[in-house]
Amino acid sequence: MKATFKRGVHLNYGSKEPTKHLHTRDFVSDTVQLIMSMHIGAPSEPCVKKGDLVKLGQVIGTPVGFLGIPVHASVSGEVVAVERIPYLMEEPVMAVTIRNDFLDEWTELHPLGSVESVDPAKIVPAIREAGICGMGGASFPTHVKLSLKSEQKCEMIIVNGAECETHLTCDHRLMLESPGRVVDGLRAAMRALNVKKGVIAIEDNKPDAIESMRCAANGRDGVSVRVLKTKYPQGGEKQLIEAVAKRQVPVKKLPIDVGVIVLNVGTCAAIADAVIDGKPLISRITTVTGCVRSPANLRLRIGTIAEDVIGACGGFSDTPGKIAFGGGMTGLCLPNIYMPMAKSTNGIVVYNEKDARSVEEGPCIRCGHCVAVCPIGLNPYQMKVAADADKLDMAEKLHVTDCILCGCCSYECPSRRWLTASFKIVKQKLAQRAKGGTAK
Amino acid sequence: MSLRLSTAPHIRSPKTTTRLMLNVLLALLPSAAAGVWYFGTRALMLLCVSTASAVVAEYLWQKLGRLPVRVGDLSAAVTGLILGLILPPTATWWMAVVGSVFAIIIVKQLFGGIGDNFLNPAMAARAVLLASWPARMTAYVTASRFGVDAVSTATPLARGAEGSYSYLELLLGNVPGTIGETCKLAILAGLLLLLLTRTVTWRIPVIMLGSTAFFSWILGFDPLYAVLSGGVLFAAAFMANDYATSPMSSRAQVVYAAGIGLITVVIRNYGSYPEGVTYAVLFMNILTPLLDRFMPHKIYGHQKVKEAKKA
Repeated sequence: MKATFKRGVHLNYGSKEPTKHLHTRDFVSDTVQLIMSMHIGAPSEPCVKKGDLVKLGQVIGTPVGFLGIPVHASVSGEVVAVERIPYLMEEPVMAVTIRNDFLDEWTELHPLGSVESVDPAKIVPAIREAGICGMGGASFPTHVKLSLKSEQKCEMIIVNGAECETHLTCDHRLMLESPGRVVDGLRAAMRALNVKKGVIAIEDNKPDAIESMRCAANGRDGVSVRVLKTKYPQGGEKQLIEAVAKRQVPVKKLPIDVGVIVLNVGTCAAIADAVIDGKPLISRITTVTGCVRSPANLRLRIGTIAEDVIGACGGFSDTPGKIAFGGGMTGLCLPNIYMPMAKSTNGIVVYNEKDARSVEEGPCIRCGHCVAVCPIGLNPYQMKVAADADKLDMAEKLHVTDCILCGCCSYECPSRRWLTASFKIVKQKLAQRAKGGTAK
Repeated sequence: MSLRLSTAPHIRSPKTTTRLMLNVLLALLPSAAAGVWYFGTRALMLLCVSTASAVVAEYLWQKLGRLPVRVGDLSAAVTGLILGLILPPTATWWMAVVGSVFAIIIVKQLFGGIGDNFLNPAMAARAVLLASWPARMTAYVTASRFGVDAVSTATPLARGAEGSYSYLELLLGNVPGTIGETCKLAILAGLLLLLLTRTVTWRIPVIMLGSTAFFSWILGFDPLYAVLSGGVLFAAAFMANDYATSPMSSRAQVVYAAGIGLITVVIRNYGSYPEGVTYAVLFMNILTPLLDRFMPHKIYGHQKVKEAKKA
């Protein structure tokens, strides 16, 4: 039987059609801008200055703290700026801009060899050195996920190939074009932690990817493919664990506390590159779609500016109203087209003015659709009442902190209420209050 | 170039409030058509009067109260049409007006308008009409199309009437009853439409019908006859699953629907009214907030914590 989780929504995946059959092509731009906080945790410290010449894969940002990972030059060339820039809707961040000399001259690499022969103790440090963080969107440093405390035991590594978001096809293409890399990355992670079971989870709307991964996994000990029902947010870490391992991650605990680690397919491929070839994370597949003339799956160097990417796809096909990094359900809006993509940018979606138009909130009709779809089991309509009245305690009692901001309730609400948006704000306020800051 | 900034999600389901209400109106059309077919132009007049007065009442209330006018969401039209369909064909035009105005103003708007009413407006209005004009509200006639019998006759629900109509007659609606409740085939078509368009879920209607059949069977009555007679099927399709007045969590929905079935059977067979579904739905409407409160969905990741505490 096909596995799945409780509730959730059935989305229209028509938005995947333009790109799902397109082979990934390379695109390299004149300049890249690498921000120092592409991962969750303290931003890296720039270790180059204006005028420096850097090689491909050279460290340009050194890691800071336990969650820190390095940032590598994704092109060879000259550093033209090291400065603080405004990024998305967050605080300004440090960024290194490199002008590409198109020589693609690699820095010295330290490959560890094949997965079968590599020293298990060297794998996790190599992953950190390669600057790998979760490439599905959450950008959590992968080496931290794979560093277990003595009392923790990992029974199963789940590879997330669900790709339940709309618009995006980058994981789908990766599974079709480099299935071996994904399996090798998974096996490297399994070897590092001495895990016997690796499950590649894919939704049933990608039969070709299932076939491709089955072939690649064939004969690899402990590696199997699990077919999931197509439902959003299947690719959410908690939902995926519920679907595949039939267990729930307790509140305030991590997947490892129930013996599971989840890695995105892109992350696995990056692990394979890091371990087998010693190559750091300098590029990724990103789906560019929506109102662009020729939608595409592009292998982009990390730090490519959105404007260049859109140019590589033939420019806008309609007046753009909104551009977001990521899919329709969780994408982050760009304030302008000069924003660089990061390690976790799985898609660049351009919406036309009509689709970007703000929707007017109607009154709650208590249809209960939000309750019926919430994968966590929350009462979004009540949480919204608390959020609108700014009653943080009430919102907390309704478990707003358990909300994963998947967007199901907002998507489904017939009155077009901004449920997820309110919960995001309330969660931020609660986090601020917990830190001791004043909640306004 | 100015780009709009917003939080995700950037896409929304095509199901708007108006669209959902339109689905309900479409689903009610077969029943309305059957009612007019069986009971003639008088039924058509009653349906038009009840629907129009509900819409006008809501419009005037919102206009005079300087509230945002929301008749465009079609919810008032739905209430008015449902009320018309649960009136007997012998009702007078002013009963339709009184019922609709009561449903919209007293039951819906006074409690805050759409979504905030705690009783099903049409059901509450029928209860009031039943209490105010009991004789007129239960003066059922057999379908005029198949005879000139304008004298009130026993409904299929009157005591001892069990078995006096065949299943086929009940299904087709060639029996005495209210305008919309008699033709079960039309109601089933409407329910099917609501389910296919995902306007409502199967849980409340199916469990309510199952519960009615089950408790009838337990008490020694014909379960199929119980489901096919009276207003149970219509209430299950269009009234018990009313958004605002039915529970939201799936467990609460099960108890709610089962409760309606039980109370209906008890009133039908042991109460002084021939049909109990009206009061059964209203009673469970009142319990809805409690059910939702005490039977919420289990929150992800919270069960394990409890187990750990016990251990």
